[in-house]
Amino acid sequence: MDRIDVHPTHLFQEFKLRPGKPYPFGATLVPGGINFSVFSRNASYCCLLLFRRGEREPYAVIPFRGQFLKAASREPDWADFRIGNVFTMTVLDLDHEEIEYGFRMDNPAYPHSEQGKPGFFRFDPARTLMDPYAKAIGGRDEWGKMPDWSDPYPHRSRIIFDDFDWEGDRPPEIPKEDLVIYEAHVRGFTKHPSSGVREGRAGTFAGMREKIPYLKELGINCVELMPIYEFDEFEFSKYDEATGRWVKMNYWGYSTVGFFAPKAGFAATGKTGDGTMVADELKTLVKELHRHGIEIILDVVFNHTAEGDHRGPVISYKGIDNQTYYMLTPEGYYQNFSGTGNSLNCNDPIVRGMILDALRYWASEYHIDGFRFDLASILSRNAFGAPMDNPPLLEALAFDPVLGKCKLIAEAWDAGGLYQVGSFPNYGRWSEWNGKSRDTLRRFLKGDQGQAGAMSQVLQGSPGLYGSRGPTASINFISCHDGFTLYDTVAYNGKHNEANLQNNQDGDNDNNSWNCGWEGETDDPGINALRRRQIKNAVTMLMVSQGVPMILQGDEVGSTKYGNSNTYCHDNELNWLDWSLTEKNSELLRFFKQIIAFRHAHSILRNSHYFSNQDWKGTGYADITWHGTQAWNADWSGNVVAFMLNGQYVKKKEEYGADDFIYVAMNMHWDALPFELPVLPPEYTWRMAVNTSMASPQDIFAHGEEPVLDDQHQVIAGGRSVFVLVGRKNN
Amino acid sequence: MSFESSLDMTSNGVARITLSGKLDSSTYREFEGLIGQAIANKAKRVALLLGGLSFMASAGLRVLVFAKQKLGSSVDIYVIEAQEQVVDTITMTGLEHSVTMLDSYDAAVVEKF
Repeated sequence: MDRIDVHPTHLFQEFKLRPGKPYPFGATLVPGGINFSVFSRNASYCCLLLFRRGEREPYAVIPFRGQFLKAASREPDWADFRIGNVFTMTVLDLDHEEIEYGFRMDNPAYPHSEQGKPGFFRFDPARTLMDPYAKAIGGRDEWGKMPDWSDPYPHRSRIIFDDFDWEGDRPPEIPKEDLVIYEAHVRGFTKHPSSGVREGRAGTFAGMREKIPYLKELGINCVELMPIYEFDEFEFSKYDEATGRWVKMNYWGYSTVGFFAPKAGFAATGKTGDGTMVADELKTLVKELHRHGIEIILDVVFNHTAEGDHRGPVISYKGIDNQTYYMLTPEGYYQNFSGTGNSLNCNDPIVRGMILDALRYWASEYHIDGFRFDLASILSRNAFGAPMDNPPLLEALAFDPVLGKCKLIAEAWDAGGLYQVGSFPNYGRWSEWNGKSRDTLRRFLKGDQGQAGAMSQVLQGSPGLYGSRGPTASINFISCHDGFTLYDTVAYNGKHNEANLQNNQDGDNDNNSWNCGWEGETDDPGINALRRRQIKNAVTMLMVSQGVPMILQGDEVGSTKYGNSNTYCHDNELNWLDWSLTEKNSELLRFFKQIIAFRHAHSILRNSHYFSNQDWKGTGYADITWHGTQAWNADWSGNVVAFMLNGQYVKKKEEYGADDFIYVAMNMHWDALPFELPVLPPEYTWRMAVNTSMASPQDIFAHGEEPVLDDQHQVIAGGRSVFVLVGRKNN
Repeated sequence: MSFESSLDMTSNGVARITLSGKLDSSTYREFEGLIGQAIANKAKRVALLLGGLSFMASAGLRVLVFAKQKLGSSVDIYVIEAQEQVVDTITMTGLEHSVTMLDSYDAAVVEKF
């Protein structure tokens, strides 16, 4: 039976209209036309603007309320295409591929705040506004292509087909404790000329797809992409006329323009201006990652938008309902807990709904496996900026049915001083970027005294922070996009951010790094050898820790940013992965592959519950035991830690069988030390799996090929080195 | 260049569909109609001769997916003489696994059963 709602009720000029449906918000393809729906609590006037793709002026301006003709009789009729606070109508016979759309809103009863001045309302009947629910956004279709700065509508809403041939794809739903996360930037991953991806695909979703075999071989099973929501790479950009180069750009992308649209400039197909094709390219990447057993987590920025403060541009939210979307001061300024000018009013019911809708959309339409929330503590603040005990947004996310299997990860702090690592409202669901464990790892790595006790917490997955939540609440990392790369952590004492043109004032000062004797690059073979060893030490510490390890793109090949700890603004070699390093630093790459494989091979390293430090099964050994240079005698005051895991306490022992004993000794003292080994049961022997003081390939051995130790009682650990033994039954 | 399309069926059951011009939201219905005819004619293979096709938008891609789903996995689809832009579009959106790309029509391949 044919639908009866495909016929127009009203006419406006040549356009055939019907009252729309309020849900879903945004522009939706419906039989015979497109349904437009947009919320504003305070606007009394709203009109829809239709543009032919890329054209500056609209070819139609259709009011949601006003004088129309009845379609049947052509008699004048005043109509109000609005339900509650939602303006909604269906326009029939539109070619969705060829149009772009926007809205204009107003309420003459409210004062109109000028740009540059504080205020509560920013209605402007002359300004075209992007749809907050736009599924594709034009205007920055090709990365770095100079925009028309005079364009009054620079970020243009587009409509896409939301279908895709997933070929049976299902999210892998890998248990959190089994993840090894790789933090990557879409453009930076393959933009470098050495990437070898096909022409036209460098720095794109399609380019990343070509490198999936590399990720697979590395052993990671989860990619965390830095922001891929549409953002404006030209925000705060700076062009150098002399060199003809952009010296600053919004490269990282932590400034969202639209929460539902992928960054068109990250798609090789972006230049087609076809939003559906951009979506398909990203979906194809997701499908291929899943096909290789790799999950994908998005780094999402809901804490603020690209509209800045009172001086910033009006793109969408400000002009639609300023008071709803933003936290404002009593004077009408924007609260700035993000450090970027504004703070999204996340716990407002409307904004909360938008965030939920966006995440459900990404989970269901793009098969995204999880989300890492940038400056997530802002999501726990109320409209006045005060932290809430029970933030409705965070609770709703935790219990949302569509997001039920998604990983939820908080960057549990904000730029307003709220630091919630260990105390983020979690509802038993949220994990956190564990900044405290990173700092401990780094201090311990550089040999600081008195870190052994704190390090024991890190190795157990920070039970002191996450006691009731389990180790998977802890996303462990030693480096991420913020701060030094791992190589720079062992090559620089201080930050060198001069290239950011902020007088080296930006970025963290507290990097807990040590340059191994020389600041920056050096030809000294001793220093370079020590740096390599320190990198191996660091990744070994990370991979033998309970919790969820995350490594930063390029750390596996010793990438450097030359001491720049805050490369948010550089679209150049500082951020692009140099693929020639896979050859130059093949020793490191091999080590990373092997130590990740070691983690995958030993489920005792990947528990979902904390160790009890007791032998509650009566096996003769506690699940975890602590040692020092003497077995069973830990010294918590120094810079040496040794521990042993009992493979009988592995998770799901019935399913997978018992694991080996694993013994790890970390000697961050400058000189070699002997470590007395714990005695194993008689049928077991110690085998060497990792010894970072040895040259490659003796530094790490593949699972099953670990040589038996000649001396089963003692191992000499070189200065600043880590060794890992497996205690396995004799054949 | 305006969009043109045609279908001829070989005696051994290959639906040869020739497309030229731009395949987008305003023209994809024609292509979809030809696929429908190929299905009605119980095509054993579909050969898309795209030498004259300068552009394929997402609406065209969807007809390819539609064809694959309607024809079933036993009916191979060949994309022949496709221009670089069209090849790029197909590969970047992941459809290259669903079709076989050929530089030219080779009866020994397409019509060999």
